[in-house]
Amino acid sequence: MAHGSHAVKRYTGIMDWLTTVDHKKIGILYLISGGFFFLIGGLEALLIRIQLWKPLNDAISPDFFNELITMHGTTMIFLGVMPVIFGLMNAVVPLQIGARDVAFPFLNALGFWTFFFGGVLLNVSWITGHVPDAGWTSYVPLASTTFSDGPGVDYYVLGLQISGIGSLLGGINFLVTIINMRAPGMSFMRMPMFTWASFVTSMLILLAFPALTVGLVALMFDRLFEGNFFDPSAGGNIMLWEHIFWIFGHPEVYILILPAFGIISEVVSTFSRKRLFGYSSMVFATVLIGFLGFMVWAHHMFTSGLGPVANALFSIATMLIAVPTGIKVFNWLFTMWGGSIKFTSPMLFAVGFIPTFVMGGVTGVMLAAAPADYQYHDSYFVVGHFHYTIVGGLVSGLFAGVHYWWPKIFGRQLNETLGKLTFWFFIIGFHMTFFVHHFLGLMGMQRRIFTYLDGMGFNEMNLISTIGAMLMGVGVICFLINVIVTTAKPATAANDPWEDGRTLEWAISSPAPEYNFAQLPLIRGYDCYWKEKMEGNKTLQPAEPLGPIHMPSPSILPFIMSVGLFIAGFGFIYHQHIVAAIGLAITLICMFLRSVIEDHGFHIEPDEMKANAKEVKAS
Amino acid sequence: MSGHSHADGVLPHEPEKATLEGRNKVLGFWLFLGGETVLFGTLFSVFIALRDQVNGGPTANELFSLTVVAAATLILLTSSLTSVFAIQAMHRNQPKAMVNWLIVTVLLGLGFLGLEIYEFVEYAHHGHTFAASAFSTSFYSLVGFHGGHVAFGILWISLLIWQVLKRGLTVVTAPKVYIAGLYWHFIDVVWVFIFTVVYLMGKVG
Repeated sequence: MAHGSHAVKRYTGIMDWLTTVDHKKIGILYLISGGFFFLIGGLEALLIRIQLWKPLNDAISPDFFNELITMHGTTMIFLGVMPVIFGLMNAVVPLQIGARDVAFPFLNALGFWTFFFGGVLLNVSWITGHVPDAGWTSYVPLASTTFSDGPGVDYYVLGLQISGIGSLLGGINFLVTIINMRAPGMSFMRMPMFTWASFVTSMLILLAFPALTVGLVALMFDRLFEGNFFDPSAGGNIMLWEHIFWIFGHPEVYILILPAFGIISEVVSTFSRKRLFGYSSMVFATVLIGFLGFMVWAHHMFTSGLGPVANALFSIATMLIAVPTGIKVFNWLFTMWGGSIKFTSPMLFAVGFIPTFVMGGVTGVMLAAAPADYQYHDSYFVVGHFHYTIVGGLVSGLFAGVHYWWPKIFGRQLNETLGKLTFWFFIIGFHMTFFVHHFLGLMGMQRRIFTYLDGMGFNEMNLISTIGAMLMGVGVICFLINVIVTTAKPATAANDPWEDGRTLEWAISSPAPEYNFAQLPLIRGYDCYWKEKMEGNKTLQPAEPLGPIHMPSPSILPFIMSVGLFIAGFGFIYHQHIVAAIGLAITLICMFLRSVIEDHGFHIEPDEMKANAKEVKAS
Repeated sequence: MSGHSHADGVLPHEPEKATLEGRNKVLGFWLFLGGETVLFGTLFSVFIALRDQVNGGPTANELFSLTVVAAATLILLTSSLTSVFAIQAMHRNQPKAMVNWLIVTVLLGLGFLGLEIYEFVEYAHHGHTFAASAFSTSFYSLVGFHGGHVAFGILWISLLIWQVLKRGLTVVTAPKVYIAGLYWHFIDVVWVFIFTVVYLMGKVG
């Protein structure tokens, strides 16, 4: 309850979740809604595989197939894996650097709600029946009104625009949090690898997403207001869209994979019970990958006629990325070398990640060879490649991270047997699904086509692929059962439930108290908690005396602002400009209120913290 | 940590950086401007790619009259200077002078916006409408995005003037004024590039 001069209303139940500005709760919201969209994207994937299990199948219509591949890709990237990444960043980064909060709690909530309502807007298209169907890259002229009349692609444009605001806000928030709010002694070169990865990823978000914003605005102007950016008959240029999309789109790939690299570094080091091998080279490699990620976008466009000089340059730049990535892979292997390894469920996912991601990397270098790319382009070889990096790599990494940090987030440890079952179904299903894609692609099977003829030699491999997809589905069901079983049990997780925790988040209770740290800790080195444990200390030395802690007040405004944007999006999609104006006005009024309402937050007094600590558990 | 620990009436020398909230705001806003740079960079690239595609309409050389644009440039650059005076007044802890300079800044911003609207209406009379050609679409998008930023800045600074008059200059209001100043400089810099790339290069290229 609020003390002192500033009585602040604190909500309970559903209103608590709608108004929360606590990064730990926002992290949970991200995990739940990201998980929900991940399931939708997964169902879409299963429908795609059911259609392709035999030649000339007519389980679904060609139009529905186009909608499925578009929505599967868009949903998975923007609404599935990115929110789960943001969920883990919210749940873990402030705890790892010894911060009581993020830099901008209000913006953090706003970022979540804009992502959420953007995602809902995109998926409402399934209900209205006008589903985007121009592919997740939405290339013009296919996505122009000439070939995609009706509101389908507009859902893509507005949905992504709104959820993109959320990503940008999140990126800025984590950059400032990491730069300004580290605990005393937590220098940059003592930060855990997951925090480093979040830092570089946030930088990439900040510098890549505005390009997508402009691209989507341009597409929207063309589709809704008769603009001519991409209309060749009025002087527009269709290549412009490809460039803008991939100037955003390729850094986006590293936005996704770098956090997975961070998770794997933490998990491998913890369960090998060894200091991460080559920490500083790991940091260097992460930053270098982030930098090079901006130099390679045109490797998505080798066959579009850029000419040999451009192709050669982008080819070499792309191959260069294999060097820092290789550094990382060897560092993980050397971390495990000579360690006393415990094969817990997060460790299984991490160990499975390494060879799987290397395979995706090798096909990446193959694709980077521009002349050879003319063979691979738009074939299942490409589909195999990017699913190895994004599913076998990123999703494995996210599973590792979710299993690893689950006790810290929810106070309950996931069941290990079910976790291992999830891993085996997932990894076997994954390789069955996508390994054969490479060969299908080399044999000439094109991506994005709803069926294939008999007698091409594609039949058996497609059947194997479909069975593999089902196995992955079984793996995800195991995970869901695990979540339900675990949630039904009492929250009894210890501070350091894996017993080998090295980083700061394991030094405090599970889940962390509202204010994270009653006293900010003094950081005396890399792997600070492990260091204290090795020196016989139970926890870290405090860097400040016990005193009242300032907390931000909850607010409903982020939710209402996002509802306003959602309404505005609908108005634009259906050309009801009054509705759009009303929606934008709601958002602007909320911004006005946010600026003028004085909000001093409230304080938590030391007595209250002691009472809390006794309630949670003896620490 | 708390935003009201300086309630004793003595304002620190750099009030915008006196609290962690203030420092976070300033750093976060610099980063936001980094993102804005990419946004305008992309718009500039698009404009440069499409600026010769006039689709039978008037070319940049035929269309632009440098007198109006030069006047608009002069007004906007002056408004940047007056916003510097406002921040200097803030650092000298003279809220009244600060508010006065902010009012001058807003008035100059309105003048700029008025000239821009006049200019757009003129162009539309010459057949240079948004849907006329790829050149016109990219022109209105780039220059219009900048104009939208100016309009937002005018509303924002006006709101801050009202807040400072109501609550005075505190460690809560000072960072807001400071970042609004950063924002105003940024749109000024963007205009310098627009003046060069769109108008001067349009006249000679």
